[in-house]
Amino acid sequence: MSAIYVLWLRELKRYLRSRVQLVASLGQPMLYLLVLGFGMGPVFQRAGNGSYLQFVAPGVIGMTVLFSSIFSGLGLLWDRQFGFLKETLVAPVPRLQIMIGRTLGGATVAVMQGLLVSIVCILVGFRPAHMALVPLALVFMILIATVFSALGVAIGSSLQDMQGFQLIMNFLVMPIFFLSGALFPLAGLPVALGLATRIDPLSYGIDGMRSVLLGQAFYGAPTDLLVLVVLAMMLLVFGAYRFSKIEV
Amino acid sequence: MISVRNLVKSFGAFTAVNDVSFDVGEGEIFAFLGPNGAGKTTTIKMLTTLLKPSSGTIELDGLDPQTKQNEARKRFGIVFQDPSLDGDMTAWENMEIHGVLYHVPHKLRRQRIEELMKLFELWDRKGEQVKKFSGGMKRRLEIARGFLHTPRILFLDEPTLGLDPQSRNQLWTHVKRLNETEKVTVFLTTHYMDEADRVAHRIGVIDRGKLVAQGTPKEIKEQTATESLEDAFLKLTGSTIRDESAGSADQMRQFARMWSGGKR
Repeated sequence: MSAIYVLWLRELKRYLRSRVQLVASLGQPMLYLLVLGFGMGPVFQRAGNGSYLQFVAPGVIGMTVLFSSIFSGLGLLWDRQFGFLKETLVAPVPRLQIMIGRTLGGATVAVMQGLLVSIVCILVGFRPAHMALVPLALVFMILIATVFSALGVAIGSSLQDMQGFQLIMNFLVMPIFFLSGALFPLAGLPVALGLATRIDPLSYGIDGMRSVLLGQAFYGAPTDLLVLVVLAMMLLVFGAYRFSKIEV
Repeated sequence: MISVRNLVKSFGAFTAVNDVSFDVGEGEIFAFLGPNGAGKTTTIKMLTTLLKPSSGTIELDGLDPQTKQNEARKRFGIVFQDPSLDGDMTAWENMEIHGVLYHVPHKLRRQRIEELMKLFELWDRKGEQVKKFSGGMKRRLEIARGFLHTPRILFLDEPTLGLDPQSRNQLWTHVKRLNETEKVTVFLTTHYMDEADRVAHRIGVIDRGKLVAQGTPKEIKEQTATESLEDAFLKLTGSTIRDESAGSADQMRQFARMWSGGKR
């Protein structure tokens, strides 16, 4: 257990120490929130959907958690080349514990990052519909963070170089974000796009957050919760399996 | 302490380590020498549970690292060829994480961290992030870390690569002292023959995956009828230059250099 704790703590310290990274990682969500949020506002309003800022805020929070958690998993790639991974792999600790420590650390960092963006959302005018349900949004953030940290570790375990990293970025992370309905409503989509959003795990996370923060749901919070919990468990097992296969 | 029998490791059609057998006694300093790509690092990786041998047997302190993985891991410390510190963590935190991973009890851990960091002259800088350290300081910290859990065996894979003569000299002085005081068995590889000659009790020379000579430095010089270990080494392994193809690790390192402004 102490191994899990010490590796979790390491991820947290690294996050708190790299202030540049902390600020830099807020840049992209801010663009989506402020530029899209206010830019698309009038069109969205005229289409009869209400405030776009209200609509997009849970999406931007979800996006932040997605990027942060998947990158922390892929950070394995850096640890692999700059050595620290080997130090943990020869330690007399089951690999499962090492993987769990990393994943939880990455997930915690992602949730903190998500909370930071939530605060910014509130500062620029986002208002949750039901204050009582706000803690449930945190549950969804934690689930999103766990799902994608585990996925990041699973992928990071088999990545060898930066080219692979770009590939994952362009063909996995960006599609997950764009297909999640973070930026547009899921209702009334063309069939193909509708199907693609249904197999995107993040769409359940963002739907869950919208449902508890705004009272608007497409799948409904119970479905979202079920999908994410099952997926998180499956990905943890898969990530642990991939991690156990690492040879350096 | 270390006993290796008919060890083989092949990657596809390429055999990196081919039928190697040797023994290293308790408290001995054993130098494993060979040109680039001879199979030194592959052997160390198999000895330290990072790679599975294709065939052959290994015993570390009477344990098979394949079946008793975690038991075996507790018994050795290793300093890798590439740095394996976490640059964002402080020197002390790197030691602390290692101590926790190796189940060193809290009180003993604190005490030993202080002892070792003082010995390796790092105690004054304990609160600094490791990325600010020089190459020599990082090496010292890694070796200090390797000793933290009082291992029976210490593996050193080219520990002095890229260090100046002062740092090299100091490093070996420390290693020799700890070898004597803590009775640690040391298994090292190096490209500096003078180091091997000075530090090692016994030497094994490996070339193209085969062990070509074994014995004390004196015996090896006598066998080859040469004056210095360097000449003996060249006589045993020939003078052609071995080029290793750059792996993904080298490419990554280049990439990182590009980003960190060549500071690594």
